[in-house]
Amino acid sequence: MQRTVAAAEFLAASALSQADAVGAFARDGLLSSQEVFTQQLVTGLSNGMIIALIAIGYTMVYGIIELINFAHGDLCMLGAYFALTVVGALGVDHWVGAGGLMGLVMVLVGTAAFCGSLNWSINRLAYRPLRKASKLSLLVSAIGASFILVNLGLFWGGLPMDVFANGTSSAAPKAFPALVSAAPAAQIGDVIYSRTDLLVLCVTLPLMVALTYLVRFTKLGKAMRAVAQNPTGASLMGIDVERVIGATFFIGGSLGGFATVVYSLYNQTVSFQMGYRMGMDAFIAAVLGGIGNLPGAVLGGILIGVIRSMSDGYLEARWTNTVVFGILILILVFRPSGLLGAKLREKV
Amino acid sequence: MAISSKRITINLMLIAVVAIIPVVEKYVPLGWHISDPMTDVFVYAILGLGLNILTGFTGLLNLGVAAFAAIGAYVFAISTCEIYPFQLGFWSALGLTMAAGALAGFALGAPTLRVRGDYLAIVTLGFGEIVKDVLVNMDSITKGTQGINPLPPPTLFGTELSGNGQYWLFMGIVLVVVAGARRLERSRIGRGWISIREDELASRAMGIRPDHAKMLAFATCASLAALAGALTASRLSSSGEPGNYDFQISILALCIVIVGGLGSVRGVLLGALVMVGMNSIVLVKLTELIGGSDAAPASALADAHGVQWALLFIKTWAQNVLMSPTNWKFLVFGLALVLMMIFRPEGMLPARGTKEDAPDGDDGASGATAVANKELRP
Repeated sequence: MQRTVAAAEFLAASALSQADAVGAFARDGLLSSQEVFTQQLVTGLSNGMIIALIAIGYTMVYGIIELINFAHGDLCMLGAYFALTVVGALGVDHWVGAGGLMGLVMVLVGTAAFCGSLNWSINRLAYRPLRKASKLSLLVSAIGASFILVNLGLFWGGLPMDVFANGTSSAAPKAFPALVSAAPAAQIGDVIYSRTDLLVLCVTLPLMVALTYLVRFTKLGKAMRAVAQNPTGASLMGIDVERVIGATFFIGGSLGGFATVVYSLYNQTVSFQMGYRMGMDAFIAAVLGGIGNLPGAVLGGILIGVIRSMSDGYLEARWTNTVVFGILILILVFRPSGLLGAKLREKV
Repeated sequence: MAISSKRITINLMLIAVVAIIPVVEKYVPLGWHISDPMTDVFVYAILGLGLNILTGFTGLLNLGVAAFAAIGAYVFAISTCEIYPFQLGFWSALGLTMAAGALAGFALGAPTLRVRGDYLAIVTLGFGEIVKDVLVNMDSITKGTQGINPLPPPTLFGTELSGNGQYWLFMGIVLVVVAGARRLERSRIGRGWISIREDELASRAMGIRPDHAKMLAFATCASLAALAGALTASRLSSSGEPGNYDFQISILALCIVIVGGLGSVRGVLLGALVMVGMNSIVLVKLTELIGGSDAAPASALADAHGVQWALLFIKTWAQNVLMSPTNWKFLVFGLALVLMMIFRPEGMLPARGTKEDAPDGDDGASGATAVANKELRP
């Protein structure tokens, strides 16, 4: 009897302590000022644009072969390691003035080319042999590819170079040197707009415009849309389906490459495990916007970025992942077509 | 399907061989302990058998099975640890754990019945992450990253078991679960699961209720995963930190099922032996064999030039990173998944064919391959 009472008391106390904690979040949230809100919004928008760029890679691949390319986030992680290696080997962080800008552009383009080629190769090795297999086998293969990339990142981080802390611990996070000055670009009231915020905008917006042009108005874009709609029909019309799929992987991967450099500059640290979080954020963004839908991926990315930063600022950073994954589950269960996606009916 | 006496003999011999490992180890100096990692193999076999019911039989990919193990470990820990007021005995706590696991399975299964295959996989992944985070964050109950300890060891008829006793107890539990899984496989429920995997619409037309069957598969899977979590917690005398039950564990369980053979009970046992053996025996042993070489300093690189520099660079890198076998763990998992999917999607020991496919009660390899191919390559 005594033990039952103790047990009941324990359960009641646990419930109360959780309720207290929730109440505390609410009170702290109400006390925050307008500036804090704007600052969080700026951070969220910047991160959101980066997430959006990665999400495009997910959504393009899903649109064309209905694969959740699980390895995409880890591809971006390897891209960050590639960028860090280039910066370290050439000493780009010591270039000044116009040279510094040139170096930054070079790192961006180089990483994009690297990620694009790597994504193309992954498709060739791990996904193309499974073209006729079920979606689930393809997904399992993608998860396998993701683990292989993580391990390559672990190896890479142990290179005896200064930027990798001479490889003393290959698993430890590495500092990414600042290629953009830390001085704020603008300050309005207490809200700081940093140069990296500006950089994010200067990299992501033109790329999104270019991609829209490519998909809408070029021959390759037309072929991509045709393959997405009906691969068999497209191949009967003389479209080389495998070439188009390869190109999609290359483009998606290279966008991820651009994004990962900006991400690393923005967050200033890279680790071999960062791909999982980057990938999940971007995938959730793609699903939120409606997977397979390019404007949807951008919208979803921005929303996830803002939600993350608001949750960091107003709730508590440790609950942010729970919030984001909660959104993912709710969307998948109640509106799997996302915000902008067309309603899909599963083929029988 | 009649089970031949030859088959029974082989099975009994295998069981006997596994059972005498701790005894042999005591008298024959092997140089290292194999019974400890073997206990891991047993726990992962239970986890794999649970996942096999959901992913192998029913065809629902679950990427968050570690979350159920975490729930199991924490329910077991809270109901037995001396700092909480419940302090149940080992077996009653185990029963409570399995019930809680089943409940968690229902909780995840019910809202996700209509979610499509690849989306379901992502929902389960998200569930896994949420459970892990909640366990860390609700530290007033779960002690956050410290984990809950000490926990009582497993008992049998009032005697506390340790070492070999635990080995045999866990082995016995695996045997019970295996027997249960095989009975289930051939029961009305099990055949219902398999028919849903093959064709949900057709099975509905045959009078099977896919919703009920899927919920039951979720609950069974979760319950067994919770059992695995509770057994580990009891063995280690600690729930461990929530971070231990991460995506990696879910993928290890998936590797076990896929390498062994989706839907094959024997396959899961072999898969657990191969994957966990690779992880906790081969890689660890290799590390011991190679180990002892100190990290090579990178400073020597500064004085070298040209080809000499390149060679030294590679040598330093290899010595610091590549020569440490535990660094290859993810590569092993990843390659296992990709290569199995491309070259042998039915696994090392494919599921048996159904009665109709293999009427002679033989291994039924041809029928099994057909089932596996249907499942993975429509």
